[in-house]
Amino acid sequence: MRFIQNNLFGFLLLWGFLFFGLQATSPTLAAEDNLTTHIGTMAAANFTALSKQIEALAATGDPRVVPILEALAKGRLFFRKSDKKVVFATKVKRRYKLSDPLSGDTLGEVKKSKVKKIRVNNKLRRQIRTVLGGLTLLSPDPKVRLKAAEAIFKSGDATALPALEAAIVKELDTAIRTVLRQARAVAVLKADRPDEDKKAALTILEARGDRDALSVVAAVARTSTGDLKAIADRTVTTIQETLELWNIVQNIWYGLSLGSVLLLAAIGLAITFGVMGVINMAHGEMVMIGAYTTFVVQDIIRTSAPELFDYSLAIALPLAFLVAGGVGVAIERGVIRFLYGRPLETLLATWGVSLVLQQTVRTIFGPTNREVGAPNFMSGAFEIGHLTITYNRLWIIVFSLMVMVALMMLLKYTALGLQMRAVTQNRKMAGAMGIRTNWIDAATFGLGSGLAGIAGVALSQIDNVSPNLGQSYIIDSFMVVVFGGVGNLWGTLVGALTLGIANKFLEPFAGAVLAKVFVLIFIILFIQKRPRGLFALKGRAIES
Amino acid sequence: MILRLLKNGIDRKSWIFLSVLFAVTFGVSILNLAPTPGSTLHLSSFVVTVLGKYLTYALLALSVDLVWGYCGVLSLGHAAFFTLGGYAMGMHLMREIGPRGVYGHPILPDFMVFLNWQELPWFWLGFDMFWFAALMVILVPGVLAFVFGWFAFRSRVTGVYLSIITQALTFALMLAFFRNDMGFGGNNGLTDFKDILGFNLQSDGTRVGLLIASAVALAIGFLIARAVVTSKFGKVLIAIRDAESRTRFLGYRAENYKLLVWTLSASMAGVAGALYVPQVGIINPSEFSPANSIEVVIYVALGGRGTLVGAALGGVLVNFAKTIFTGAFPEYWLFFLGGLFVVSTLFMPKGIIGVWGHIANKWRADRARNASSTLQANTLKKGD
Repeated sequence: MRFIQNNLFGFLLLWGFLFFGLQATSPTLAAEDNLTTHIGTMAAANFTALSKQIEALAATGDPRVVPILEALAKGRLFFRKSDKKVVFATKVKRRYKLSDPLSGDTLGEVKKSKVKKIRVNNKLRRQIRTVLGGLTLLSPDPKVRLKAAEAIFKSGDATALPALEAAIVKELDTAIRTVLRQARAVAVLKADRPDEDKKAALTILEARGDRDALSVVAAVARTSTGDLKAIADRTVTTIQETLELWNIVQNIWYGLSLGSVLLLAAIGLAITFGVMGVINMAHGEMVMIGAYTTFVVQDIIRTSAPELFDYSLAIALPLAFLVAGGVGVAIERGVIRFLYGRPLETLLATWGVSLVLQQTVRTIFGPTNREVGAPNFMSGAFEIGHLTITYNRLWIIVFSLMVMVALMMLLKYTALGLQMRAVTQNRKMAGAMGIRTNWIDAATFGLGSGLAGIAGVALSQIDNVSPNLGQSYIIDSFMVVVFGGVGNLWGTLVGALTLGIANKFLEPFAGAVLAKVFVLIFIILFIQKRPRGLFALKGRAIES
Repeated sequence: MILRLLKNGIDRKSWIFLSVLFAVTFGVSILNLAPTPGSTLHLSSFVVTVLGKYLTYALLALSVDLVWGYCGVLSLGHAAFFTLGGYAMGMHLMREIGPRGVYGHPILPDFMVFLNWQELPWFWLGFDMFWFAALMVILVPGVLAFVFGWFAFRSRVTGVYLSIITQALTFALMLAFFRNDMGFGGNNGLTDFKDILGFNLQSDGTRVGLLIASAVALAIGFLIARAVVTSKFGKVLIAIRDAESRTRFLGYRAENYKLLVWTLSASMAGVAGALYVPQVGIINPSEFSPANSIEVVIYVALGGRGTLVGAALGGVLVNFAKTIFTGAFPEYWLFFLGGLFVVSTLFMPKGIIGVWGHIANKWRADRARNASSTLQANTLKKGD
């Protein structure tokens, strides 16, 4: 019986849609009358009559029905006691503001006693939801259709079946049609359909293979018997396997994302600490300076040239490099050059510098977080399979690799890079060859600091820009460099990605904090085993 | 040994240090207890507590100087041992609250009742006894340091690498203690202490008692450190500091020497933490923060690395400056502290004691030259 009703309803809906499709631009008087009558009779109808009216309204397929049904479900549909006219009502200070449900014309304000709410029960609400799903399935806006299809998939209502089938026929967009088919599959599994249909539905859900599909299929596996149960069980296993695989992929992705952040934070340190052997505890503050440079650039752009906002990061990058690099050169000339060969003293002095820089920024910009906006190309996300990838994370990964490659090229193919390597390998010999070792020291330190500044631009997109920004990265950066092996950029890359991925794989078992603790303990133990890191330099260089 | 210590260990500088320490301690104690409150001579209990706190920091600085100044091991994680000692004492004080907590549970501390814990975790057992807590104050940091040092020194992790992993150690501990599940009160740590050994923590008498205990602990710590560094063992330590490989080639097991002094130093830091907690009335995971550990190093660097007296002096001076600055101009404190790091490493490699020694030497040399020149003048006159 219900089956026939559903079909009838679907037929009506389809008919309504066709009718509406043909007549949408100029609704005939008849249709108008029809709507008005249906709406009119809703006043003072009992639940059974109301249910029929809802069905009839839905059957018109008119998009104007949608707000009326929504209002009904939310209890915002009233009728005037005097003439039984159905109206929208919004409460304004103990009075009700009325408007016509079809035309939207305002009908003045009345006292509370003059109107009466059209009551609905839960059964009716459910019916309205389904009907609405069916109606929005036919909306001209593809986004609304997709949303409606997803909603029906989630609610999995068997009564929506006819509407879905009608919509599938009409749908031209393949992506939406896929979701519609999946929604239909869920509905079929819940409806009283032959096993063959259900088996086909299981296949569709298997193809979808996410957590929602899993719960539906698992429910089928619990309730069904025989052949169908066997297939459902098999589907459950397959979906679970897929999900586990995707889970691993997701962990790797998150790990890469974290690793790229670590890489960015550590890459400058790989130059100052790794190549020069200078322990720069103010490294984190260089990152912070880069982030604040981004903030200042965006602030200026916002006030003076808002149309440039999408280019703000591109403008901030060179500036951050220059500002942080300049501060770096100043630190090298002012403090560090007096302390070469005394690493522990360097550590203390640069720590002092870091405190001063932090406090300076705190004095200028205040202690609270500053907001750095994301340009358009960095906001939003897309999906691959069951993995959501946000653009800002993706760009940071790409960017960190670009910085890495650029740095390697610089060290390998430029004169400056050659001189840097010469000075770090044999200072006296390099000096004898006419290289100004003092200048190279300052330039190298400036380069490392500038890279930290660039990292700050990227990190401003995913972290709070506050005076403490640098402190949260300093220990991690040192861990990466020490783990990867001092004086080796490849080591830094591998170290950063390994630590990032290890962290993300530990998180599900241990929680975020404990995962980090474990990683730290692991590094502490690792350094015992290989005191010079993963990719240790060999030969005499290490003894100096 | 004690005789030898008294004969060799205590030089003039040490006598001055110990006399000043006890003179100030007793002076402050008497001025707090004897005059009636309100009279001009009376010192508030705030001064007593603050001085007591400085002395515990001085003891912590002393322990860092022992490993850094005499053995070349720059620890950026001594706050970990300090805080662990503090937690051990804090746990005892929590147990001593008994049923007087907010929730009135006879055994469980308030935060456990709040988290719906049913019974005391195993690692809280025994802390109701003071002797046990006191033992743990020394043992927990000591054992941690021993295990850590065993691995680190055996695989010859030295210099900056060691500094960085000690920093990682304290960072890891901080993260771990921030978790509620650890059973150490999470974020809030341990607080609301009522009394210690039956004495009310708020009373003046107890505060003075804690101050004197801190002074005694500092003095004992100083004497032990002094005994260690002036002994033959200490000579080897200094040799390791200056040329580790060479010392090893001479047949000394450098790692064992380091391990022993490292463990001793950690226990000293633990005692300092245990005395710190009842005086400030709270212990929480932020004490583990790496910044605290590095700050301790500046006490030593400012006072004078490898002088012991200087470390203690630096601890008191820097914290005195901190009290003044954070009270009067809080925004300049980090500028001052940061500047202190830079200035003391650049211009005072031997710290205040070094500068003082330099001035004193110069003065002595001047006087000697003056004396000799007057002598010459006199002889010239005679010969004339």
